[in-house]
Amino acid sequence: MTSSVGEKEKFVLVRQNLEEAEKIEKKSISFWGDAFYRFRQNKLAMFCVFLLLVLVAMAIFVPWFSKYDYDTNDLMNTNQPPSAKHWFGTDDLGRDVFVRTWVGARISLTIGVVAALIDLLIGVVWGGIAGYKGGRVDEVMMRIADILNGIPYLLVIILFMVVFGQELWTMILAMTVTGWINMARIVRGQVLQMKNQEFVLAARTLGASFNRILFKHVIPNAMGPILVTLTLTIPSAIFTEAFLSFLGLGLNPPLASWGTMANEGLPALEYYPWRLFFPATFICLTMFALNVIGDGLRDAIDPRLRK
Amino acid sequence: MEKILEIKDLEVKFHTQSGTVHALRGVNFHLNKGETLALVGESGSGKSVTAQAIMKLLPTPPAEITKGQIILDGEDIVPKTEKQMEKIRGNVVSMIFQDPMTSLNPTMRVGRQIDELIMKNEKVSRQEAKRRAIELLDMVGIPNAASRYNQYPHQFSGGMRQRVMIAIAVAARPKLLIADEPTTALDVTIQAQILELMKRLKEKLETSIIFITHDLGVVANMADRVAVMYAGQIVEIGTSDEIFYDPRHPYTWGLLSSIPSLDANDGEELHAIPGSPPDLTKPPVGDAFARRSPYALQIDFEKEPPMFQVSETHFVKSWLLHPNSPKVEPPKIVQQRRRVLPGTFEHPVLVEGGL
Amino acid sequence: MLKYILRRLASILLTLFVIVTITFFLMRIAPGNPFTSEKRLPPEIEANLNAHYGLDQPWYKQYAQYLVKVATWDFGPSFKYKGQTVNDLIADGFPVSLYLGLEALLIAVFFGILLGVFAAVRQNSWIDYSSMSLAVIGISVPSFIMAAVLQYIFAIKLQWFPIATWGSFKHTILPALALAMMPLAYIARLTRSTMLEVLNNDYIKTAKSKGFSERVIVYRHALRNSLLPVISYLGPLTANIITGSFVIEKIFGIPGLGAHFVQSITNRDYTVIMGVTTFYSIILLLAVLLVDIVYGLIDPRIKVSAKEGV
Repeated sequence: MTSSVGEKEKFVLVRQNLEEAEKIEKKSISFWGDAFYRFRQNKLAMFCVFLLLVLVAMAIFVPWFSKYDYDTNDLMNTNQPPSAKHWFGTDDLGRDVFVRTWVGARISLTIGVVAALIDLLIGVVWGGIAGYKGGRVDEVMMRIADILNGIPYLLVIILFMVVFGQELWTMILAMTVTGWINMARIVRGQVLQMKNQEFVLAARTLGASFNRILFKHVIPNAMGPILVTLTLTIPSAIFTEAFLSFLGLGLNPPLASWGTMANEGLPALEYYPWRLFFPATFICLTMFALNVIGDGLRDAIDPRLRK
Repeated sequence: MEKILEIKDLEVKFHTQSGTVHALRGVNFHLNKGETLALVGESGSGKSVTAQAIMKLLPTPPAEITKGQIILDGEDIVPKTEKQMEKIRGNVVSMIFQDPMTSLNPTMRVGRQIDELIMKNEKVSRQEAKRRAIELLDMVGIPNAASRYNQYPHQFSGGMRQRVMIAIAVAARPKLLIADEPTTALDVTIQAQILELMKRLKEKLETSIIFITHDLGVVANMADRVAVMYAGQIVEIGTSDEIFYDPRHPYTWGLLSSIPSLDANDGEELHAIPGSPPDLTKPPVGDAFARRSPYALQIDFEKEPPMFQVSETHFVKSWLLHPNSPKVEPPKIVQQRRRVLPGTFEHPVLVEGGL
Repeated sequence: MLKYILRRLASILLTLFVIVTITFFLMRIAPGNPFTSEKRLPPEIEANLNAHYGLDQPWYKQYAQYLVKVATWDFGPSFKYKGQTVNDLIADGFPVSLYLGLEALLIAVFFGILLGVFAAVRQNSWIDYSSMSLAVIGISVPSFIMAAVLQYIFAIKLQWFPIATWGSFKHTILPALALAMMPLAYIARLTRSTMLEVLNNDYIKTAKSKGFSERVIVYRHALRNSLLPVISYLGPLTANIITGSFVIEKIFGIPGLGAHFVQSITNRDYTVIMGVTTFYSIILLLAVLLVDIVYGLIDPRIKVSAKEGV
């Protein structure tokens, strides 16, 4: 491979601006941009988001537009199987199961979301303070949390419902009494991690105030696991509500959540299975969708990709 | 001289979500029996990939050996199956990893981690394996070897753990030992001890060693020959003396001149090599290092340079050695150290078709 | 190690104390009097009953009495089932629930781990995707819905199993499966993700470099390290099975402690509610303690402190 005559000219030194070379080669993406991109790649999770939106839309609009009310009795048409007139059939008082399912959706979803949000609120405050203050305050606060955590969650709720009655607000309250502990632990963990990170130290050295550090630095970074936990708390709340209904501690009739509907459908399982089937399916679908979304978020946020 | 390892035109690609990474782009070198070869380069140069490729430890869904041969003790292992490799690993070739804190199984006793290797390769009884393991622990300098045998990794310090790793690596008397930055994670004083240990063991067990590092000081201590890697290729290879006293590649110059020296003049700046290694999903055309080199030639951006031979043992992959290229002077620091070594050719000789 | 156990026992006693106190005061706040749902009683008889059960005493005295009783393992009489004490009900129902619970636990742990290991070792294969999809479904279907489904398909339609009640081993299968499904799925996922992490660890690379086969690496090196989170999960798992049993026993008509408990809730039989709650709490706390001890035995980093070496 001797060089041809024409190539001789190529053997000249080239002047290069080597400082240019210091520029980073690849375009850098922001943390959240990257995370959302990864989430969007997860087809199952995206489908579940869509599914959830459909469920919420149905829950909002179906009861408005339906010709039946959730408590309209029709004693001539009890326990009818699904038909053109009653898409999901009727129950033992002739009420339209379709409309009741979507009213139930409103209630179950509301319980789930509100309980999760209250957990979030208490958890963030408790965990945030404990983590940031550290020392004695942290010890005491987490001790209390530990002891409360030792009490079996469902037992507490059961006791609560027995004592305070079976209303919507007592149920939500019961769930949040010990439900916040998990969120508090996560938040505290995040805060502790952040506290020791160098950028917080840097910000403090530059004179940033407590609030500024908390809101501009700590919270955005902690958002990830908090969001995941929040998403995964909702199905847990929906489960608990259904569970309570099956124990006879659900909401009072004619109010119907998916749980109470399923519970009422249980004794009729052999002959009128649709009465259990429809609410039960939606409980599972909602929990499934939220679990998948929560998983998807967790995978998208965690930089260590498994695949 | 008999060759224990010969690597010819090795190409390795990684298939990732963001593209295919050309991690090794035609690696050529060999190792003679009883030699210590140092493999030097920045992170991302391909040193670890080469090491793992030699043992076929690269995870094969993303990684793929797309070309080349790895001839270990006379046999090409590239076409070998996993089952066949399992007989070779630990036995013919073994490896010491970088981080002693995480390289040992935390829930298994240290002695057992040595035993299992001995028992895998030879039909010996538990007692015999235990005896040999304790002997090995002793040989690598662990006091109270017999009682240490029963302990868990977390009860050892970093330096001790690395000694255990070495014991494991030599337990089956391999012919080739690959050490992947074994001292990088250790304190300087411990580093020296580990290096001493390795030198002793090498003499005693007659193993050949490939020593991967980015620390040239370690190289000077340990190596017979040195291979310099950049962007997935070997750009210069020669004896230790040749590399230190008569380096010819601009990257090697860069590496040597970025070592702070106690006898440098005050006011002399430290030379850092500007820029960063190239993105290997789009491997650069021509000479990969040209973009960071003050000695770049026009042709460097168009054609990949061939290998030039400077002595029996010294090879350089750079257009600068072509008769047509201008004479360049290496940085001051390199010049100050330069010596003309016996055996150097008058003029560099173009090597047809690689080594 | 011993110090650790003692400290934990103290913590358990404290928690128990809090639980008993909370249940006691909750029951006092609860609306209604234990006798209100029955026919209206003439006041003298009511007064007699109150005196007999100590209900006319001031609350702090009742509280103290209750604490003493609990400490001596006497949970008091049932207000609804005349002649039966809470202890009787517990002794009657607990063995049944225990049997069911253990069966469910074994199914969940054994198959969960198996599935998880398989999925991890064959990552991204169809085995992995299908078993993990099933697992997500598994954790999304509440145990009682699973129970109803199993009952409908296998007992009512296919008639392979009895629909309800208790008697032979056949009677235990559907309820145990219903109880085990969710934990099984959870354990499978947990095992899989832990094992994937473990397999990425450096010491697995070391094991590979020694030339061991995949089977040896997974079962001798990776498995033990992967089981640690699963062992930790056994505590919450027990809680899960206990509470799951409430509904499962009701659906399948099984005469276990859970069913008695549910009945007592419906009946507002306060002593039973309090007693069984306390009993369950004790079981749970002991289970968690046991799990912690086992974990400490298996993880050598806890068993042998680092200070003993260097």
